[in-house]
Amino acid sequence: MTNIEIAGIKRRKATDSIFRYIVYGLTFTCLAVVFIILFYIFEKGITCIDWNMFSKLPKPVGESGGGVLNAIVGSLMIVSVAALIAIPLGVAVGVYLAEKRGKLAADRVSIAIDVLQGVPSIVIGMVVYVWMVKPLGENGFSSLSGSIALAIMMLPPVVKNTEETLVLIPTTIKEAALGLGASEFRMTMKILLPTGIGGIFTGCMLGIARIAGEVAPLLFTAFGNPYLNFNILKPVSTLPHIIFNYGTSPYDDWQRIAWGSSVILVSLILILNFIVKFFESKWKVQF
Amino acid sequence: MEGTILRTENLCAFFGNNQILKNINIDIPEKKVTAFMGPSGCGKTTFLRCINRMHELTPDAHVTGKVRLHYQDVYQMDAMTLRRRVGMVFQRPNPFPTMSIKENVIAGFTLNRIKLKAKEKEEIIQDALSKVALWEEVKDKLDKKATSLSGGQQQRLCLARTVAMKPEVILLDEPTSALDPLSTAKIEDLLYELKGNYTIVIVTHNMQQAARISDVTAFFYLGELLEFDETKKVFTNPKNEKTQNYITGRFG
Amino acid sequence: MQTNKGRVLQNKIFLKSIGGSAIFVTLLLVVFFFTLFIASWPAIKANGLSFLWGKTWDPINDHYGMLPFLIGTLITSFLALIISAPFSISAALFLGEYFPKGIIPNIFRNVIELLAAIPSIVYGFWGLFTIVPLVRSLEMKLGVPAMGLGIFSASLVLSIMLIPYSVSLIRQVISMTPVQLKEAAYSLGATRMEVIMKVILPANLSGISAGFLLSLGRALGETMAVTVLIGNATKLPTGIFSPSNTMASLIANEFSEAVGNVYSASLVEIGLLLFVVTTIINLIGRIIIKRFSVKL
Repeated sequence: MTNIEIAGIKRRKATDSIFRYIVYGLTFTCLAVVFIILFYIFEKGITCIDWNMFSKLPKPVGESGGGVLNAIVGSLMIVSVAALIAIPLGVAVGVYLAEKRGKLAADRVSIAIDVLQGVPSIVIGMVVYVWMVKPLGENGFSSLSGSIALAIMMLPPVVKNTEETLVLIPTTIKEAALGLGASEFRMTMKILLPTGIGGIFTGCMLGIARIAGEVAPLLFTAFGNPYLNFNILKPVSTLPHIIFNYGTSPYDDWQRIAWGSSVILVSLILILNFIVKFFESKWKVQF
Repeated sequence: MEGTILRTENLCAFFGNNQILKNINIDIPEKKVTAFMGPSGCGKTTFLRCINRMHELTPDAHVTGKVRLHYQDVYQMDAMTLRRRVGMVFQRPNPFPTMSIKENVIAGFTLNRIKLKAKEKEEIIQDALSKVALWEEVKDKLDKKATSLSGGQQQRLCLARTVAMKPEVILLDEPTSALDPLSTAKIEDLLYELKGNYTIVIVTHNMQQAARISDVTAFFYLGELLEFDETKKVFTNPKNEKTQNYITGRFG
Repeated sequence: MQTNKGRVLQNKIFLKSIGGSAIFVTLLLVVFFFTLFIASWPAIKANGLSFLWGKTWDPINDHYGMLPFLIGTLITSFLALIISAPFSISAALFLGEYFPKGIIPNIFRNVIELLAAIPSIVYGFWGLFTIVPLVRSLEMKLGVPAMGLGIFSASLVLSIMLIPYSVSLIRQVISMTPVQLKEAAYSLGATRMEVIMKVILPANLSGISAGFLLSLGRALGETMAVTVLIGNATKLPTGIFSPSNTMASLIANEFSEAVGNVYSASLVEIGLLLFVVTTIINLIGRIIIKRFSVKL
């Protein structure tokens, strides 16, 4: 080889190394950012968590010792009702898509679900507002309307996970049930869904993790409420509400509450994600 | 033939525009073992699935002609009721993965919403498992998941599941093709014993199996029924040239 | 025992409900569109087409133009995309090409996916206390009005939020590159970087573009973090450090207090445009990905 050729190869190798270090560096930066963010939130917020946080309502400015009981109850309420709506509906659509895979109609439904997933959450809130809040005038804000907005957001993960799980179930198991004289209904409820319960559960958990942190669609539906409320026809506050309203205020006390709420919220979501990852393999049914 | 339990009249089966079966006319004898034989793609499995109306579960599938169970037109019946009277065992063992062994045996009742008293349940489970020579092997672990059994045991469990419903006809679609020789032999023995009480129709790729266990054999080729006679006659002195070629291994 | 007729009826109801759910969910989108359209009609009539390029947003005089927010949205989103791109591509290459298998890369992948688990409002809140002071000192150094809040802060935090999505999509796309293609290049003596730049990336260009397109769609609809960080201004932004509003953050900021028919309808009109644009982007992205995976 001539000297020029050797130099060329040396140069290319050097460039390759530099490139590799850049790729590694940027990747590690991403990882670092995750830790920086989580660490900061927990550091700021963990000291704010005391028994008051879970037992008291928010106090006016200047008074310390407030809590977010109203938001915790609100979040639980609004998410459970949303799940109650979204899970049966989502599983039904998932069953449909798994059964009719490849057909044109099913394709259209699949596209609709994908598009639904991409609709900005605030737009969803707007539409629910027009249908459920505005017609009722001043008393229109309600936890129920918020749940409906969140249910719409929860549909895509539930549908997709259900579909992907059910599609993997061998046809022969379904045929065994039908061959014994079962109706499609019975086959679905007694054989199909129980066999796919792991994936369906995953979809539900992911859906809940997604909506637990949402507040944009709730701004004009659930609206927020500084008091404890168990009535789904009345406005309600959630943990993200607290973070938004109290976190952006100039008061130290209120910001403390927002940090505490952030820690509670992020912990909840991380636990949900962890449950999904950990149990995904354990709940796989062997066929 | 005397003692016919199943008769088909000019049965044709289609997948869309593709004709799989051409004018099948056959009388299947009661309480005997009938084997369906033929090269791959000849339609024998499709024909089997027309009998208990599993064929129509495939999209674009349809059927012309008649299938009669004890003179009743099967296609005029309620499909679910039909399938209680005509049971099916599939090629690959398919016990229900979320159910235990004993739950699988009575799955037919569960799925059909037939309520059983506890004593009835136990009797049926023991009876069915004994009939398939599985009782001794699993009587101490009835609550274990069905998928914990070996392939051969699972297939016998599927047979028990079918037998528990006391069907009139048992259809088997290449039931031993996924099993080892020992399990295969066990199942062949079972079928021989069961035919005293049930009509057995078995699709098999294995000529020796057909020769061993069946009383009558049907030979299918490219969607047509070319020959149907006593097994001994079909194997020693076939009337049709193609049957002869298949048996001697010229194609298959 | 259930009668036969009862069972057949029950089955029929079941099958119809399943089909009905599917139809319902599909119609939801149609309902969305028409709801937004009808609710924004007073504004469409009053503002006309010039709404799209109107520079002033004036609730007091009931005169509305959305150009400031169109620009705010575009700059924020594209800036976020550009900032995140090198990071997303690097992480995608790291996980898809350099270390496709193994426990450690698996952990890395899960860690990056944690970014997607953090709610938008928490990002905004965090950014308020970390990114905004940094940007403020940067602005002071540059001699720009030092607010901290503005397009730049919002874009920075938004870029972090986009990373898990683009990494996931691009990684999947890259890992589907046929081995033969790569081996052909290596056997000719190419270095890793050359294989990546000359073979892998060009071969997956459509998939990678789809990945970025879908990330763009996400960026457009992102609301809470942007609302907190962007400064809530309704004037035309003058630079990347200006306070501004995106279409989504404007709605978040003003919709609750919007009195007056045309005022709230104008906000709904902006929502309608957001809906249409994100839907189109998602459809295109989906088509590209479908076509792409079919090819292989």
